[in-house]
Amino acid sequence: MFEIKNLTAGYSNESSAIHNINISIPKNEICSIVGSNGAGKTTLLKSIMGLMPSKSGEIIFDGQDISKLDSEAISQLGVAYVPQGRMIFPYLSVEENLLLGCEVRKMNLKKALEIGYDYFPDLKEIRKRKGGMLSGGQQQQLAIARMLVIDPKMILLDEPAEGIQPNVVQEIGRILQKIALDLNVTVLLVEQFVSFAINLSQSYYFLQGGEITKESRVTKDNVHSIVKSIKL
Amino acid sequence: MGDFIPFLFNGLSISSILLLTAIGLSIVFGMMGVINFAHGEFIMIGCYSSYIVSLVLGSEGSWLTLLLAFILSFILSFGIGYLIERLVIRKLYARPLDSILATWGISLILQQLARNIFGSNNVDAPMPKILSKGWEVTEDITLPFNRIFIILFAVLVCLFVYYFIYKTPKGRILQAVMQNRSMASCIGINTKKADAFTFSFGCGLAGIAGICISMLGSVGPSTGQNYIIDTFLVVILGGIGGLRGTILGALLIGISSPFIENFTTSSMAKVIILSLVLIVLHYKPQGLSPMKDRTID
Repeated sequence: MFEIKNLTAGYSNESSAIHNINISIPKNEICSIVGSNGAGKTTLLKSIMGLMPSKSGEIIFDGQDISKLDSEAISQLGVAYVPQGRMIFPYLSVEENLLLGCEVRKMNLKKALEIGYDYFPDLKEIRKRKGGMLSGGQQQQLAIARMLVIDPKMILLDEPAEGIQPNVVQEIGRILQKIALDLNVTVLLVEQFVSFAINLSQSYYFLQGGEITKESRVTKDNVHSIVKSIKL
Repeated sequence: MGDFIPFLFNGLSISSILLLTAIGLSIVFGMMGVINFAHGEFIMIGCYSSYIVSLVLGSEGSWLTLLLAFILSFILSFGIGYLIERLVIRKLYARPLDSILATWGISLILQQLARNIFGSNNVDAPMPKILSKGWEVTEDITLPFNRIFIILFAVLVCLFVYYFIYKTPKGRILQAVMQNRSMASCIGINTKKADAFTFSFGCGLAGIAGICISMLGSVGPSTGQNYIIDTFLVVILGGIGGLRGTILGALLIGISSPFIENFTTSSMAKVIILSLVLIVLHYKPQGLSPMKDRTID
C-alpha cells in the first residue's frame, strides 16, 4: 500500500503547487492521475521522488514516511521514476544507461540486461547507440527499461505517452500492465491522455488546480463513463 | 628541414606538458563546470611531492624515487582537493563567480603555505640519471630523455583517464552525475560523493603533472601560476567536456608555439597564439571539439 496524506508541495506563487492531496494505491495496482497542464501532476511526482520539498503531509511507502528523504535514499528503497522528458543520459550508450542503476546496487548485470531486453527487444538492436541520439519512443522505452532492471517496488511515470507515436503508446501501455502483474510493482501513472491512462488503471484521481476533484475505482463497467466524464 | 624535427619534438614536448596539466582541469572545469583557479597550486603540490621524496630518500634520483613521487603527488593533491571540495567548493556549485574568487583565495593560501614550509627559493627535485641524458639522433639533434619520458607518460595518462571515465562503472557513474544530476540521484547514485571524487580526481591528475614539470627544472611556490593560464586556454580552445578536445587543444597550442617563436620573440609568440585562440573562439564559441549538444525533449 502506497499512501499520500494531506500533502502540500510546490511554490505557493505558482499555479502548479498542490494542496492537501490524499491518495492511496493498493499494492501491485496501476493508479492514474489525470489532469491538464499546470494542474500539479509533475509537482506531485517530484515531491514523492524527493526532487521538490513537501511543505506538509506524509508520503508513506512500505510503512515508512519518505517525505523528508532525498532522491537517492528514496530510489534505494525501491521507488523508480520515469520523468517527463525521459532524462536519458545523452552521452551514455543505451546499454550503459540501462545498467547504471544496477551497477550502483551491485546487481547481476547479465540478468538485468536479459530482463530489460526481454521487455523491450528493440533496445537490444540499438544497445551501442548514445542515449541522446534516440527517437522519443526509443527514449521512453529505455527510460522504462532502466527502471525495470533495478527491481523496483514502485514506478512513477510522468506522461509516458507524450510526444510518442500512437502504436508505440499502445505497446508501452501493454508493457506497463505486464510489469504490474509479473513483477509485483505498484504503478503511479500521471497522464493527460485520459483514455490511455484510465484503461490501464484500477483506480484514478482527477487533479485540477492542485487539488483532487474526482476519484474512484475503475472497473470494466464504469471505464467508459469515467473517460467521458473527464474534460481537461 | 634540419630544424623541423627539433621544432616538432619541442612542440610535442610542450603539448604533452600542457595536456598533463589540462587533463585534470578539463574534468573539473569541463565536466563539473567549476572554475578552479587553484588548479595551478595542485600542480605545485605535485612538484613539491617529488622534492619531499628526495628529502627522505636522498637527492640521488632513481626510478624508485620517481615512482614514489608519483604516488605521493597523487595522494597529496587528491587528499587536499577532497578537503577543499568538502569545505568550500561544495557550497559554490552553480555559482561560477563565487567559485572563481574562492579558488583564487585558496590558490594564494596554498602558495603562502608552500613558502612557509619550503621557503620561497626554488628547489630541485631529483630524477633518474638516465633521464638527464639524451638520444643523439644526428650530430646536431639530441632529444632529451626526460622530454621523451614526459611525452610517453602523457599518452599513458590520457589512456588511463579515457579508460577510467568511459570504460569503468565508476567512470560511468561520474559521467551520469555530470550529465544530469537530479536524474542520477533518482536512480540511486550518491551525487555528493561523486562530486567530491570527481573534483579530487582532477586535482590528483594536476599533482601528477607537477612531477613531470619538476623533471624539467627547479620548482617553487609560484610554479603552478606559470601554467594556469595556458591550461585554461587549452581546455577552452579544445571545447568543454570532452577528452578529445583537450588533446586537440594541447597539440595545437604546443606544436604551434616553437614554430611561431622561430620567427619572432617568445612574448610575441604568446600574443599571436592568444589572438589565434580568440579568432577560433569567435567562429567556434564552443571550442574545437565540443560534446555534441543535443537537447532531449
